[in-house]
Amino acid sequence: MRMRSLCLYAVLAAASTGAIQGRAAAQLANDGEWPMAARDYASTRYSPLDQVTVSNVRSLKVAFTFDTGVNRGQEAAPLVVGSTMYVVAPFPNYLYALDLTKPGAPMKWKFEPNPDAKSQGVACCDLVNRGVAYADGRIFMNTLDGQSIAVDAATGKEVWRTKLGDIRKGETVTMAPLVVKDKVLVGNSGGELGVRGWLVALDTKTGKEAWRAWSTGPDSEVLIGPGFRPFYAAERGKDLGMKTWPGETWKIGGGNVWGWISYDPQADLIYYGTANPGPWNPEQRPGANKWTSGIFARSPRDGQARWFYQYSPHDLHDYDGVNENILLDIPFKGRQRKVLVHPDRNGYVYVMDRMNGQVLSAEPFVHITTTEGVDLSTGALKYNPQKQPRTGQTIREICPVSPGGKDWQPSAWSPRTQLLYIPHQNLCQDTETYDVSYIAGTPYVGVDNKMYAGPGGNRGLFTAWDVANGRKRWQIPERFPVWSGALATAGDLVFYGTMDGWFKAVDARNGTPLWQFKTGSGIIGQPIAYRGPDGKQYIAILSGVGGWAGAIVSGGLDARDGTAAAGFVNAMKDLPAYTGKGGTLYVFALP
Amino acid sequence: MSLRCPDLRFALVALGLACGAAQAAAAMPELRVCADPANLPYSQRDESGFENRIARLVAEDLGMRLSWFWQEQTRSFVRKTMGAGECDLFIGVPAGFDKVLRTRPYYRSTYVAVTRRGTPPFAGFEPGQLRARRFGVQLIGNDLAASPPGAALAQNGAVENVTGFLVYGDGPAGKRMVDAVAGGSIDVALVWGPQAGWFARRSAVPLELVPVQAPTGLAMPFEYAIAMGVRKGDTALRDRLDELLVRRKADIDAILDAYAVPQAPTPGPASIAGAQP
Repeated sequence: MRMRSLCLYAVLAAASTGAIQGRAAAQLANDGEWPMAARDYASTRYSPLDQVTVSNVRSLKVAFTFDTGVNRGQEAAPLVVGSTMYVVAPFPNYLYALDLTKPGAPMKWKFEPNPDAKSQGVACCDLVNRGVAYADGRIFMNTLDGQSIAVDAATGKEVWRTKLGDIRKGETVTMAPLVVKDKVLVGNSGGELGVRGWLVALDTKTGKEAWRAWSTGPDSEVLIGPGFRPFYAAERGKDLGMKTWPGETWKIGGGNVWGWISYDPQADLIYYGTANPGPWNPEQRPGANKWTSGIFARSPRDGQARWFYQYSPHDLHDYDGVNENILLDIPFKGRQRKVLVHPDRNGYVYVMDRMNGQVLSAEPFVHITTTEGVDLSTGALKYNPQKQPRTGQTIREICPVSPGGKDWQPSAWSPRTQLLYIPHQNLCQDTETYDVSYIAGTPYVGVDNKMYAGPGGNRGLFTAWDVANGRKRWQIPERFPVWSGALATAGDLVFYGTMDGWFKAVDARNGTPLWQFKTGSGIIGQPIAYRGPDGKQYIAILSGVGGWAGAIVSGGLDARDGTAAAGFVNAMKDLPAYTGKGGTLYVFALP
Repeated sequence: MSLRCPDLRFALVALGLACGAAQAAAAMPELRVCADPANLPYSQRDESGFENRIARLVAEDLGMRLSWFWQEQTRSFVRKTMGAGECDLFIGVPAGFDKVLRTRPYYRSTYVAVTRRGTPPFAGFEPGQLRARRFGVQLIGNDLAASPPGAALAQNGAVENVTGFLVYGDGPAGKRMVDAVAGGSIDVALVWGPQAGWFARRSAVPLELVPVQAPTGLAMPFEYAIAMGVRKGDTALRDRLDELLVRRKADIDAILDAYAVPQAPTPGPASIAGAQP
């Protein structure tokens, strides 16, 4: 097993995508595997497999299917290591191993972690799980109630389990962990309930906590020390995680780590975003509210921060900074650079120097009214005061909406086309105060968000983004928000799914639709590609609508209540007419 | 019970039930009430809250068998309870709460200031008055929602000296706030009336309660009328409850008084926050 893991690390370090090193990838033995949610540390979601191509994709057929046993939103990426596929379900987070050597891929084992049922009541946006990670012969998984568990990949037996969060305080875990060397990295969710954000590193062998980096509070708890060298002046100063908050509000300030983590093995730095500040109304938390709605670069060894950049200081609109960070070594503005590309909820694609945190460009990929660009000299986001929420006032046409220009759904990068494929939404919202609401016996006047389609009238977009030139290359409108991840392959294909259940392949170069298949439920999962033991290329996706956008179906919400799911239901009223609940893995191959 | 029977004759006849002591409990129609199992002074699994007692009164008056469905009153409470068909009645909802069909309001309370006896009373939201004291407010934890006094403090420049008490967490926020005043870690707790009345009475340290006026210009009221809530469309139950609430007003007021619920004067219908048209 040790050999296998070393081999895997070698692939990851060499980045078979060519993403990090920028050189052509050698065909390595396991280029057909998918060992972590984003496939590689650079988070490219690019498969070097090229059997399925632009010219033969029309023949793609279902090879086998598998029922996850849970009809809630399926946001996870399946993993493939060796001849086994690993699939994790939403709460109660069943983990399955499927034997790819046998016809129909029968189950090898099923692991039931038995998370606390109470976690269902506090999870904000459906009961999702975004995937597991493989390393050293173990699968590392998180459960909704805040546990991290290592499972023997061969037998399905539990190796260790560590409780990381307190469900009574609203703390949950939905993100996919990342394994870097001997540590598994896990972050928490729950900012809207006043949960203070953290990223934890656990020893892969024992589950023992190695370090915990809080997203708010004193430097000693944020793990900011002498090695912290942020690019912009706004990020410099002692204990900003306390001083940019009134009083002790940082103690319940949010900044959760529920999105993606990337890793640059050469620089030995991890990169991850922090969520919005919470749970206060913005008027009650004046200040920049560090270190929320931004990005950290840290050493995976001791967690010490190298740099930070705040995408949305004093966030007003629920613009979490947790979206994926794709690490590329590409020519940019006339010179070869080590960049980090990040399409943010606030609507801009950021291209940053990942060595120092400098923003090289920030170009809008959706219609934006809340801000007027990023000042590259100071890094400051320029807010539009007209769209600032104020107690007791109606604000119309806030674009993008609270879920952002895009949410968690991860993009894919193709080194062949040099394009980033961004699945996202096209939504605006009106925010008004409404009469009265009631929680825990406490009446208050709430805020009523109503989301609706942005310019063009379609609620979703799939955009091919030219990173080097900071502009869109081609775009496909979709009826519903594109809430699934994207997959790019060496066959010059891009795959994604729609919330009404279509799984699609388009030409990576120009967006021409080439193939589609209607699955049993809406798709919000992450497509992957792998090579089976038979040498054939397979494409896999989980079908099963849900998540924040699809909660109207998976959670059975009332379409008449436009403010349900924090206003998302208003934009999704017709979804139940297009899809029902589901929880099925679909795997496709050429005949 | 027998005294009340004549009042109920019509309803019981309509239900095809006999009126009398011989009536078997099992034959009685069920009144299913949804409530939080741990949210005093309102409700508690051991039925020691004032909403438990009002529910008992309602069930007895209507000749129904009382049953409880327990669910924490947090996010999605209505959907998981009445929305899932688990119950017919909420004992307390704001009169403007549009997720359910409301009865006529049966009490009206307000946010109050809780201070230690012997310390200066809360002197209003004039910015000059706010600097020297340490405040506590309930923190709702829904996006952009603030408790009304929390919004008033923020709009008048008090943020540094304000502590938020999340309504989610270990025990009711009202209890944690009143304990903080008694313990001296804050000077003024701005708490919703029923919680303030109940927990202040149980404090070992003598406390003062004063109703708080919303500052002019704040778009959110401090006073809220409270009604019962039934399923949308269930006008039959709503009408019976409306009649009961008038007829049994004295008994209900006695329960509210026993729990020290601070009552706000009932203004004209036009100014009831969010009242039904």
